Parts: sequence; C-alpha cells; structure tokens
Amino acid sequence: MSATSTTTPQPLALTAARPARKRMQTIMRFLRANPLVVIGLVIVLAWIVISLLAPLLAPYGPLQQRVVNRLKPPSAVNWFGTDQLGRDIFSRVLYGGRISLPAGLLVVLGAGVIGVLLGALAGMIGGWFDEIVMRVTEVFMAFPTIILAMAVAAALGPSLFNAVLAMVVVWWPTYARMMRGLVLSVKSELYVEAARVVGVPPWRILWRTVLPNCMAPLVVLGTIDLGSAILVFAGLSFLGLGSDPATPEWGRMVSDGVQFFDQWWVAAFPGLAICTLVIAFNFIGDGIRDALDPRLRKGL
Amino acid sequence: MSILRYILRRMLLTIPLLLGITLIAFAISHAVPADPVAANLSQSAMSDPTIVAAFRAEWGLDRPVHEQYLTYMGNLLQGNLGRSIKSRRPVLDDLRQYLPATIELATAATLVGTSIGLLFGIISAVRRNSLLDFGVRTLSLVGVSLPVFWLALIALQVLYARLGWFPGPGRLEVGMEPPPRLTGLLTVDSLAAGDWNALRSAVSHLMLPSLVLGSFTAGLVTRVTRSALLEVLGLEYIRTAYAKGLVERVVILRHALRNALIPVITVIGFSYGNLLAGTVLTETIFAWPGIGWYAYRASTSLDFPAIMGVSMLIALIFIITNLIVDILYFVLDPRLRVA
Repeated sequence: MSATSTTTPQPLALTAARPARKRMQTIMRFLRANPLVVIGLVIVLAWIVISLLAPLLAPYGPLQQRVVNRLKPPSAVNWFGTDQLGRDIFSRVLYGGRISLPAGLLVVLGAGVIGVLLGALAGMIGGWFDEIVMRVTEVFMAFPTIILAMAVAAALGPSLFNAVLAMVVVWWPTYARMMRGLVLSVKSELYVEAARVVGVPPWRILWRTVLPNCMAPLVVLGTIDLGSAILVFAGLSFLGLGSDPATPEWGRMVSDGVQFFDQWWVAAFPGLAICTLVIAFNFIGDGIRDALDPRLRKGL
Repeated sequence: MSILRYILRRMLLTIPLLLGITLIAFAISHAVPADPVAANLSQSAMSDPTIVAAFRAEWGLDRPVHEQYLTYMGNLLQGNLGRSIKSRRPVLDDLRQYLPATIELATAATLVGTSIGLLFGIISAVRRNSLLDFGVRTLSLVGVSLPVFWLALIALQVLYARLGWFPGPGRLEVGMEPPPRLTGLLTVDSLAAGDWNALRSAVSHLMLPSLVLGSFTAGLVTRVTRSALLEVLGLEYIRTAYAKGLVERVVILRHALRNALIPVITVIGFSYGNLLAGTVLTETIFAWPGIGWYAYRASTSLDFPAIMGVSMLIALIFIITNLIVDILYFVLDPRLRVA
C-alpha cells in the first residue's frame, strides 16, 4: 500500500478498484509524466467554462449586427474584428463552443449507444446475426466518413440536428466492431461462465457482467474520438450542411471567410477555435492511449 | 501462385461489399424526406404540373422504390450509372472528367505527407525523448488536428496572396491551354506532350494544395513510423547489427525501418482513402475541378444518380487501396508468403 510502489504510470482502467487516495496519486503521477495531457485538459475545461459563461464574457451579442461597422480588422473595440454584417467575431467565437462541444459529444454518445448495442448483441448471439452485423459495418466503413455524412445531411436537409444525425449514421460501426471484440474476449472469462452455470439469464449476464467489463476501453475510444467528431462536424458546417447561416458556428464562420478573402480575420479566428479544441482532445486522447498501451510503455 | 489465389479471393469478397454499398447509397438518396423535384426544378417549373410529372417520369421517381433500385442495378451491370440530374450528362462521363484531378491531388498529397512523415518519424524515434522528439510529436498531433478547409484558406491568404510564394487556385495558369488529354492527369499529359510550360505550371499549382492536404497524412505517418520504429529498435537483431559495427544510418534505414514499414503502409493506404474524401473540403477552396467538388454539388442539389456514382466510386477506390495494401504485406513480409 506504500505510495511509491511503481514508477511507471498505471493504466487508468485498472485504478477503479483502488482506494480513492491511491487512485488520486496514480492520476497525479500520470499527469506529471504527460504535460500535453494537462495542457489538453486545461484547454477543454477553458472552452467548457467559456461556453457556459458566453453571455457574460462576450462584449456583444452573437447576432447583433452593425452594418456600418462591417469587415473591420481586429481593434481594441472588436478584438477579432467584425464580419460581413458587422457582427463582433470575438463574441461569436465565444458562443461557438456552445454548438461544437455538445455536437461532438452527441455524435460520440449516439454512435456509442447504437454501436455498443449492436456490437454486444453480435458478440453474445454470434452466428448469422454476428455475420450480418459485421458485414454491414464493413459496408459503412468502406464509405469515407465525410462523403457519407454529406449525402445523409444533404438528404435530410441542412440543420444542426440532421448534421449530428448524419454523423451518428456514419460513426457507429467503429463502436460496434470494438464492442463485439470486447464481448468476445470477456465472454470467455471464467466469471461469465460461472454466472451462466448458476443459471443467470443471458440478457442479465450481458447487462450486469459483460457490459461493465467493457466500459473502460469504450470510454477511452470515446475521448479520443471527440476531437475528430468535432472536426468532421465543423467540416459539414463549412459545407453549409449544418446550422443556418446566422448561427455562430465555427465551421460556418470559416466558410464566410472564403467570400471575404482579403479580410483574413473573418476565417482565421473561428478556425483557430476549432484547432485549439481538437488539438486539446487529441493531446488528452494521445496521452491516455500511450498510458494504456503496454508495448509503448515498455519502449519509453 | 498463392498471391494470385489470394488476390482472386479478395476480389470475390468485394462483390457483396459493393452490393451493400449500392444498397446504402440508394437507401440514403431515397428513404429521406428531401424532394429531388424541388431541389432541381425552378420555382416557375414547379408550379407547372406537366413539367413536374415529366421530371418524375424521366427519373423513375413515379415508380415504387424497389423497382427504382432494380432498374438502377440492371443499368449498373451494363456499365450505365444513369444520368446526372444536374449536368444532364451520363454520370460515368462526369466521373471520368472529374476523377483525374482528384487522383492527381490525392497522390501528390500522399507523396508529400509520406515523405515528411517518414523523415519526422525516423528523427523522432532515433532521438527518442529529446526536445526534438517532443517537438516533432507535438507538431504531428497538431497536424492531425487542423481543419483542412481552414488550413487551405489560411495557406492561400498567406503563402499566395501575401507572400506570393505559390500560385493561386486552379490547376494551371489562368488562360493556359491544357495539354491534350491522355490520362487527365495534367502532370502526366504535359510530360507526354513535351509541354514544359504546362508541366511547370501544373506542378507549381499542385504544391500548395498537396501540402495542405498532406498535413494530415504527415501527422499520421510521423506517429506510426515513430512507434513502429521504437518497437523494432528494442529488438535483439538491432543490437546485433550495432554490435557487428554497422553505422547508425545503415542500422536504422536497412535493418530497422524495413521491419517497421508494415504498420506505416497500412496507415498510408488508409489515409489515401481519407484524402479522397478530404478533397471535398479543399477542392472548393482551391477551385480544383475534382470529384470532391462534384460530390458536394451533387449532394446539395439532391442529384441522386450522381451521389450514388460518387459514393460507389470512392468506396471502390477505398476497397482497391486496401487490397493493394494487403498485397504489399505479401511483398514486404516473407513470413506471410509461407502462411
């Protein structure tokens, strides 16, 4: 139980059963060894706070237009300049997180739920059902993400909700395949067999025994995925398949900048916002992945 | 012989995959609330019931969905992908026209990204845990995090408009006569025609978009090269190579890198497919008349024969790339040939 039992950071997944104090120490050690994770966490937290407090922090309303003041470069009054309708870009960027963060989260959650459900069933039932689910995921994965999402979003009609829906349609197979693999490996564990022997019904085994043991890797995949979900979502918005033009959404704001090529600030700042958030999630995800990969740990 | 049989088996396996792809593409373009009539006819044409009816009849929109699908599949087997609602030309002709530009761009981007990625990955692995390594790793993470459409715009604003280091949008100088069409790849065509001016122009116009598009590949390849190389460098035959007095360059390039290449090639194959999709976002900005631009136009106008054509084509390229990657495994790893 001594505090300095190991020098290498422990995988986060294994810490669940430890006492809280020990777990805290493990996490602190992990963070000290991975400064990029700390930077990532700080940036993500900052964006969450900014999004929540946007009405208090923003000097102007995100939709407030002053056409006489259009396309002004960054100044003391408008830190990030103004766009083609004289709206304050700094205020709009602050509000942007209110769309991108929940959108990314919804995509990952939606895809996670569908994928986990289908993957778990495929793993538990096996046979022809497994075969069908796996073939279907292969077909979906043969489509490049953004093309398929673009087709779905265009067909459903452009709106924020439809963009998220389109991405869920494209996103779930990864989770289904991962979940199936996890279920197959957990299924052969002794404790699952024990549960079956004493007569626990299959759905209960799935829910109470198998699922909890698959959660840790799924949560990790979800975290790593958040960055790319936000990136693809911004891409869809950029193509005009997400929000309506007035909404302060980062991808949409960058696409405004295409028409106003000489006014670099119109596109630059919303794009930087996307970058910081995605980079932050990738810093976090990368650190977790390194910590969980025993081969990499040995090599370092 | 075993390679040939393997390739044949893999190709047979792609048939159900392709069938599934047609089914999904068809389902998306049909089982949705959006109305292709409204998307393609003007306001005045919409109010004329005979025009609307004629439009529906022309595209089979008045028949049951499963009949529409069977009609489509029947045509497909004869090499007929239907007619684009927007351009009013056969989809196959459209694809033939727009695909080469995208292939040229994606290939150039892969070359640029892979060269940068391999170089950075090797440096990073050899100087492991140094400040340089930390810098390269951070840079590679940034590389995979940048929104490509934003990077494209900023690159044009800074490197073209302000500094003038690179030419602007388009595939050639404005007003320049393209070389006679052979492959549709401007670099190859101008080379074949011996048109040096066109070649110079085509290559210089390729540079900026492929740098932008290749940044993601570069980031990905750097990371995979680094970790694959680190894994190999810890093995005993590397120590043996050092022990028998080989210089570091030889050990790294001839002994370690070759054995680390398999995961790198997987990633390159994967990112090529993604590049084709990523061009949707860059082609609009660089005014690049490729398939991504075509796909975008098709999906905003609900031009479903075109959407299906593009989706199937890109999925097909994706499958072929995967096949090539698998075959390369055979070539690179002699152990697989026995098994």
